[in-house]
Formats: sequence, C-alpha cells, structure tokens
Amino acid sequence: MNRELYGKLVFEISRPGRRGYRLPDNHMEGNPIPDNGEKAPAIPGTLLRQTPLSLPECDELSVVRHYNNMSNNNFGVDTGFYPLGSCTMKYNPKINEEIAGHPMSAASHPATPAYASQGNLRLYHTLQRALSEIGGMAEFTLNPFAGAHGELTGLMVIRAYHDSRGDTGRRKVIVPDSAHGTNPASAAVAGLEVVEVKSRPDGTVDVDDLRPLLDSTVAAVMMTNPNTLGLFERNIPEIARLAHEAGALMYYDGANLNPMLGVARPGDMGFDVMHINLHKTFSTPHGGGGPGSGPVGVRAGLEQFLPNPRVEKFTESDGKETFRLTATETALGSISATLGNFAVQARALGYILSLGSEGLMQAGPLATLNANYVKECLKDDYLLPIDCICKHEFVFDGLKDKSTGVTTLNIAKRLLDHGYHAPTIYFPLLFHESLMIEPTETESKETLDDFIAVMHDIAREARETPEAVLSAPHNTPITHPDDTAAALNPVTTFDQLN
Amino acid sequence: MIRYSETHEYVRQEGEYGFIGVSDYAQKQLGNVVYVDMPEVGDEFEAGEEFGAIESVKAASDLISPVSGEVVEINEALEENPRLVNQDAIANWIVKIRLSDPSQLDGLMDEDAYRAFCEK
Repeated sequence: MNRELYGKLVFEISRPGRRGYRLPDNHMEGNPIPDNGEKAPAIPGTLLRQTPLSLPECDELSVVRHYNNMSNNNFGVDTGFYPLGSCTMKYNPKINEEIAGHPMSAASHPATPAYASQGNLRLYHTLQRALSEIGGMAEFTLNPFAGAHGELTGLMVIRAYHDSRGDTGRRKVIVPDSAHGTNPASAAVAGLEVVEVKSRPDGTVDVDDLRPLLDSTVAAVMMTNPNTLGLFERNIPEIARLAHEAGALMYYDGANLNPMLGVARPGDMGFDVMHINLHKTFSTPHGGGGPGSGPVGVRAGLEQFLPNPRVEKFTESDGKETFRLTATETALGSISATLGNFAVQARALGYILSLGSEGLMQAGPLATLNANYVKECLKDDYLLPIDCICKHEFVFDGLKDKSTGVTTLNIAKRLLDHGYHAPTIYFPLLFHESLMIEPTETESKETLDDFIAVMHDIAREARETPEAVLSAPHNTPITHPDDTAAALNPVTTFDQLN
Repeated sequence: MIRYSETHEYVRQEGEYGFIGVSDYAQKQLGNVVYVDMPEVGDEFEAGEEFGAIESVKAASDLISPVSGEVVEINEALEENPRLVNQDAIANWIVKIRLSDPSQLDGLMDEDAYRAFCEK
C-alpha cells in the first residue's frame, strides 16, 4: 500500500472542485428551500448557514483507496494474535456473524410487539436458560448492555433484596484490591460504599483481613474468580460462609468466567448474584467500547428482584409454547429501554449451541492449558511474581533483568513490530510492571510458539541491544504518538490542525 | 528540610509552611500525570487524611497528607498542566499548608530512609 499517497487525512487528499460525481447545476435562486405558501419559509434564513460547509473534495477512487488503506492499519483478532489479558479477546466464529446478521434478527425493531417477535423471544429465553445452567443460577436477565451495567444491575438486585427485608442499614460493598476498576465504580453508582480487602502474597483474598470487615452494614462481597491475576480463589466456600453468616450476599464478577466454563459454576461456589460478559466468554468481537452484553443471574429466592421486563415461557391450552414480556412490582425497576443487545445475545447462543456441552467443557481447560504453556515457556526471561498454576491468564512483572532499563511499555511496543497486539500492561496494580497475557483457547500451538519465540527475542534484544526495544515501535504506521497529550488536548477536526 | 511518608508524599518545610507533593519515585511509578484533584484554600487536614487525588495514564491514587495543617495555597499551574509533576515533582508541589504541628515532620522519613524504603 502507498502510505505516502493514500495514508494522508482525507482533507489532505482534497483538491478544490474535485468530485466523485456531478449533479446538474442548481437553477434555484436564493433560499434553496421552497416556502410552502406559508408566511415563513420552511427553514428561516437565520438558521441557514452563510458560509459553505468545509468538506473534503475528492474523486471516488482516491476516497476508496484512502479508506482501504486506513482499514489495513487496523488490528484485530482476525488479523493476528491478541493476547490482551482481562478481556478474553477470543475468536468469534463466523457462523455467529451469520446468525446475528440474519434479517430475522438484524432487521427486527426493538419495539416489535411480543406476538410478532416470538422467534427472537425464544432465542432470548433459550439463552437465559442456558446461562442459568452454565452459571448454576435460578434465573437470568439479558437486559444489561455491558459488564459494568450488569454489575450495577446485580448490586441493585442486592439492594432491593436487603431493602425488601427491612434491612436498610447495609450500604457497604467489600471489594478486593485486585478487582477490576468497574467493581468499586458500580458500587458507587449503586449508592453503596466501597471497602477494600487486601490480597495475600499469593495473590488471593486474605480471609483474615476480610473477617473483621463483615458485619450488619455489609450488603455484598464482590469477587472475581479466577481473580485478575488469573489465580483461582481457593477460599471461596469459606468466604461465602462468612459473608452469609454476616447476612451479606456474594456477587460474582463474570469477567473471568472463561476458564470456569463447564468446569465449575459460581452458583455451586456459594455466589448469590453474578454477571456474565457475553462479549468475552461467548465470543462477540469487542473493544473500543462495545458492543457488549452483561446478563445478570440470581440464585433461587432472588428472581423477583430482577429488572423488568422479563421474558417468560407459557404453555397455551393447545400445548403451544408462547413467550411473553412480564413485569412485577417487586422488581428493581427497568435498567434498559429494550431487552439488551440482541445481536450479542444471538452470537452467544450461536457459540453455545455450535460448541455444545462437550465443546464448552473443553473451552476452559484449553484456555488454562494455553496460558500455563506460555507462562512456563517465558518465565526464564520474564519475572513471574507468583509462580503457580494459573487459569486463563497470568501476570509477569516485566523482565526478570531490570538492569537494562527496558520497561513493560517498551516490550508491549516492540511486540507491535512483530505483528502482535500488546498484552494488557500496568494492570493489575499489584505490581509495578504488570504484563498480563491471556492467549484464550482458540489459538493454535504454532501461534503460541511463535509468540513465545518473539518474546524471547525481545528479552535477548533488551540484554544485547536495548536501544532497539527502547525506541520501538519501528514498523507501525504511527510510531511514537504522545497519547497523554492527545487525550488531554484532543484534536478532533482538521481545522484545529491549522 | 524535606520529609517523606510511606504513601510517597513529601513535605518540604519552609518556616511555618509546608509544601506537599508526590515524590519523584511516585511520579515515575505513576507515569504521565493527567489530572491533579486539589483541595480548596482554607481546607484543613489531619496527618494521614486524604486531601486530593492524582490521576495518571495508569492509575488514580488518593493523596494522603503527611502532616496536619490548613491549605494556604494550591499550585494552580497543575490545573492547566498536570504533567509538570513528571518534569519535577519537588519543584511542582501540590499544596502549601500552614503547619499546625511542625514536630510531626520528625516522624517522617528523611531522603536516605525514603530511598531505602523504595528499594525494599
């Protein structure tokens, strides 16, 4: 591709008077909007712009090449390995796109009445049942639009539960220091107060630190399992027992459900409320803010607090199944105007049904195997602060050899030169140089081996020619943007450049 | 005289006043600072109390006052350009306070002790 010619901004390609096509000359004079015979013209003159709109002027072929070049600068799971931790960037099988893009779902309006969208409601209900089975929960709602929205919904369910019992003094949520940032944020939005519980040196929640925090003011304990270090929280039954004894509920953040798929169920671990990130565990492509879906599940006894509307199945007198939207007064209210992101739900059900229970039960173990394989192969060069078997992801604390001055950021940028997306960096905050890798179950051994070889190359470069790593990236379309300045003072229009 | 706390704030004493900011070690660990949330002039803080927050591309951290006192000035330049903290964390203090108990500085770390603390 010719970046020199077509990699410019569309305004830079622009030449005065150039057009993709020409319209006949406009013979109308003055105000181009005819008045309708009324006193005032359709658009008053004061609202008509006085200066021409500043639009780029280009021929069609240049525009086509410009945008094709831009799309070639894109990187996604479809172009290469994307080991971003804490995000489960797993491959989305194309059959899911076919299902989501089918006119039966893609062309249906969210306000279509229930009698005319029985197929879509059946899909919703089937997925609701499947997630209940996978999570070990009694009921699910698919209405929340994203993971954090699910967290908020789940915490609102917990508030509604406590309030319904007249237990209105419970306003604290206990969150581990290793939690995703959305946990304390969701708690705050739900009107609850966040209390942090410490991690032990092995990266799991410190039960002794937790115990004294549990009293009659605690509404819930939020946990991610495996946690953000990719480590299984072994003390969950004990933590759940302590929380329940204190009258609090257990909330499961499903961001890391992937390695648990078909192996262990949050409901069986003692969790009362959970959310699932469909776009992580069930394959929808995501990133850059969407699209997401954060269904919320509850154990038996909490169903009545789930938000309106619910989708329920009824059997008519002739034996025919119908699906209806229902609402209850005990519900926490509505958290969305529609039944959630339907296309994401369609992909998730496509993923679940095409893998089947046998396939789903392999997803977790394979994701775990891949992560441990990469970890074991690289721990000679990279610092593994907690050396044990991980689940679907793990965290290095930068290079083992800190004398070279090469940081996690440099390593991440050098990976771009080799055609790999960077792993998650500087999260979790428990280590200074966090480098978090999640390969997922969908990558082949050949891909993993090449990634491992590149990571070893970078470590060798850091020892022998550190400058090559410190000054990376070298091969990307843009090399060293000042991302902080860009975020603080964004230039969003071409005019601002001049 | 400059003294450091275990939460990586410093206090530099000049007479009855103390200039409080984050240490050079802290700014390095934070990376590019994008926002400093500062208190208002006249606010009073106890030692160990939160007086603001500092946000970087990596993380947001509470600012904990190492000493007690009343805010007499805030570093307004940081509102426009928070990255000054990265350029020189000591010169670019965050708040100036009137020390209510200068003897509190004796309980904090001097430069050598703080350096050793960071290397641990």
